[in-house]
Order: sequence, then C-alpha cells, then structure tokens
Amino acid sequence: MIELDGVTHRYGDRTVLRDVTLTLTDRRVAVIGANGSGKSTLARTLNGLVVPSQGRVRVNGHDTRTDGAAVRREVGFVFTDPDAQIVMPTVGEDVASSLRRSGISRHDRDERVADVLTRFGLDGHADHPAHLLSGGQKQLLALASVLVTEPKVLVCDEPTTLLDLRNSRRVAQLLADLPQQVVLVTHHLDLVADYERVPVIDEGAVVHDGPAATAVPAYLRLMRA
Amino acid sequence: MIGLYRPGSTPIHRAGAGLKLLMLLVGTTALVLVRTPLAVAVGAAVVVGASAVAVLPPALMWQQLRPLRWFVLALVPLQLWAGGWRAVVVSVGTLLVTVTAAAVVTLTTRVTAVLDVIEHLTTPLRRFGVDPERIALVLALTIRAVPVLASTLDEVRDARRARGLERSPRALLVPLVVRTLRHADRLGEALAARGVDD
Ligand SMILES: Nc1ncnc2c1ncn2[C@@H]1O[C@H](COP(=O)(O)OP(=O)(O)OP(=O)(O)O)[C@@H](O)[C@H]1O
Ligand SMILES: [Mg+2]
Repeated sequence: MIELDGVTHRYGDRTVLRDVTLTLTDRRVAVIGANGSGKSTLARTLNGLVVPSQGRVRVNGHDTRTDGAAVRREVGFVFTDPDAQIVMPTVGEDVASSLRRSGISRHDRDERVADVLTRFGLDGHADHPAHLLSGGQKQLLALASVLVTEPKVLVCDEPTTLLDLRNSRRVAQLLADLPQQVVLVTHHLDLVADYERVPVIDEGAVVHDGPAATAVPAYLRLMRA
Repeated sequence: MIGLYRPGSTPIHRAGAGLKLLMLLVGTTALVLVRTPLAVAVGAAVVVGASAVAVLPPALMWQQLRPLRWFVLALVPLQLWAGGWRAVVVSVGTLLVTVTAAAVVTLTTRVTAVLDVIEHLTTPLRRFGVDPERIALVLALTIRAVPVLASTLDEVRDARRARGLERSPRALLVPLVVRTLRHADRLGEALAARGVDD
C-alpha cells in the first residue's frame, strides 16, 4: 500500500506537486498527465529519490523520509532510458549484479538470473554484450534486473517511450502479468485501458482519480480545453 | 578488448579468474625482465597452446592483435637499427605474446569474475575506509561506459552531418558533453534507485 499525505514539492520557488493526497491499494495504478505536470516527480517520491518539501509518503508503512533504504528495498524503479540503467557489460552480469548485495549463494543467484532471463525472452543472451541488444531488449533487461530482486512494488516512469509498438506491448503485457503492485507513468493511453486506478495530474495536482474508463476521457477533455 | 568474453567450458574458461590474472602478471613480468629470444619462444608456445585449449579461433585472436600492426611496423626498423634482429625478435615478440596472453584471459573470463577478484584483493583496504564493492562497481561502470560513449559519439556525429555542420568542432563537443552529463545524471539516479547508496 502506498500513502501520500499532503505532498507538496518545490524546486526553488516553483511548486511542482500541490497537496497530493492519495491512498493507492490497487494492484494496477497508472499516472497520466501533460508534459511537465509533475508525474515523474510524483513517481520519484515513491521510492525516496525525491523527498517532498512538505507532506509524507509511506510505502507498506515505511516513511520515505526516515526509512529511505527500507523503501528502496520494497520499491523497484524502471526509468525511460535503458542505457542509463544497465550497469554491467553483459546481460547475465547485469541481472546478477542486482543480487550482489542480497547475500544469497552463488548457485541460487545463477538460478534466479537464469529464471528471470527466460521469463523476459533473454535466455541465450546471458553472455551477450548489453550494448548490442536492441532498444526493446535493453528495456526488458532493465526490467529484468529490477525484478530479479523481487520488489513488492514496481514504479515505471515511461518505460515504453523509446520502444516500438511491438516492444511496448510486450513490456505492457509483462507489467500486466506481474503479481506485485505496479505504478506506471505513461503517455501511451492504450496501455492503461485495464488499469483500476488512474490519477490524472495537472500542474502538480490530482484533478481526476478513478479507473481508466473515466480517467482517460477526463484527461482527453482536459487536453482539449 | 573489453567485455569480449566468449562463453565456453574449457579448462581455461573454468580456471579461477584470480589464478589466470596471477599467471598473466607473473608471465608478462618474467618476459619483460628476461628479454631473450628463448623466453619469447617459450611464451609464444604457452599462449598459442592456451588459445588452442580454450578453442579460441585464430581469426578472433588476429582481431585482438590487428590494432597493433602499425605500431609493430614502426617498431621493427627502430629496433633493427638499435640492436639488430635479436632486438626485433625480443621486442616485437614480447609485445605480441603479452597482448595475446591478455586477450586469452579476457576472452575466457567474465568481467564479474575479475571484479570479484578485485573486490577480494581490496578487502584489506576496508579498514582505511575504502569500500571494495564500490571499487568493483566503479570499474564495471567504466567498462560499461565505453560502448555508451561510443554510441553517443556516433549519434552526435550523425546529427552534426544532418545539419551540415561537419566542420564545426562545437557542434560535436557541446552536444557530446551535454548528453554525457545527462547520461551520468540518469545513471546516478538509477543506481540510487537500486539502493547503492543505502
Ligand atoms: N531537478 C529539477 N530541478 C528543477 N526543476 C525540475 C526538476 N525536475 C523537474 N523539474 C520541473 O518540475 C516540473 C515537473 O516535472 P516532471 O518531470 O515531474 O514532469 P512530468 O509530468 O514527468 O513531465 P513529462 O511528461 O515531460 O515527463 C517541470 O516543470 C520540470 O521542469
Ligand atoms: Mg516525466
């Protein structure tokens, strides 16, 4: 469960989030809104990358302000640019590197890496240099490297923006099939059609909150106004 | 020469990374110190034998040595003039043998295995406040940065050409620096999200 309580955030004298209060218990949450409306900032508050100027964010009871490390163990984060998320030279090593600190045995580590690579259609690429993957495969690798640690919540900030239609569908399908809670920030409205909870952000405030069926039309009306 | 690991299950692939690095260090140091044609011949036999055992195709080995060809061409007359044929055999031979030996090690050892060794070796430094995991991570990031920078450079060059600014160094440097800094920023954020600083 994610709780935002009176969250306001400023960069200098610019207010980017305005008194956002949300309790997110739904398994599929999507955040939509115009460019610059504050979606990425909101997403970053969920794992303590951004600690709000005012208000409080809690994830499964852990406060991001006082308990950042615990929050980051619970929350996996996938960014837009896969190149900036891959830290190791080869595919298998990148996934394995996420488990370096987990203290599990090398044998278990290898097994989990192999499992995750299979799930993401990257088996057979384990010893492949990461820079030779396609953009879509790189984003799948970034996702695999985050999910291998089995976070309880996954936050994704426009994970499909750099991908073609087929790869975005693939990533969207993988997200839809995950057992954990997913918070997806996106401009691809067709990907959120099945989402139960879709807050619409405008100029830092939540202007609509409901399932995709009502939120998407509300967002489209907002954009036309 | 970086990140070129070729998977395999030969004895050389399976040998410990620490052992291979140690042998590389000892072997090349010995070669440089002894400086005789006999030592070069023994070294050559060892590296050729090792690449055969590791089933590394000759074409692949040639790829590793190819970048040296101009350097060797320049070295030959210089050494010939300075010390005759013996000097040529020793200097060129030492160069080729050591580079081949290094290639055999990199081609048969995963980067992570090398990082594990470095992490292990730097563990005694922990009491001086050095974090061995941090050192291993920085090395991995450096290796990983090479292809990322190369592709950024390619894209910036293409963009410059598309705008007809091929001759402007500024049209190359400014976007290259801006994009590299942005990349560093995003990378830092991704590492923070993975809990590296916690
Ligand atoms: N580190 C920062 N320093 C200063 N201002 C920032 C910073 N990050 C974001 N902003 C500003 O905060 C506002 C909201 O940015 P944010 O990235 O959250 O928007 P967004 O909804 O994700 O937009 P987009 O759809 O373009 O990704 C923007 O006006 C942006 O310029
Ligand atoms: Mg954004």
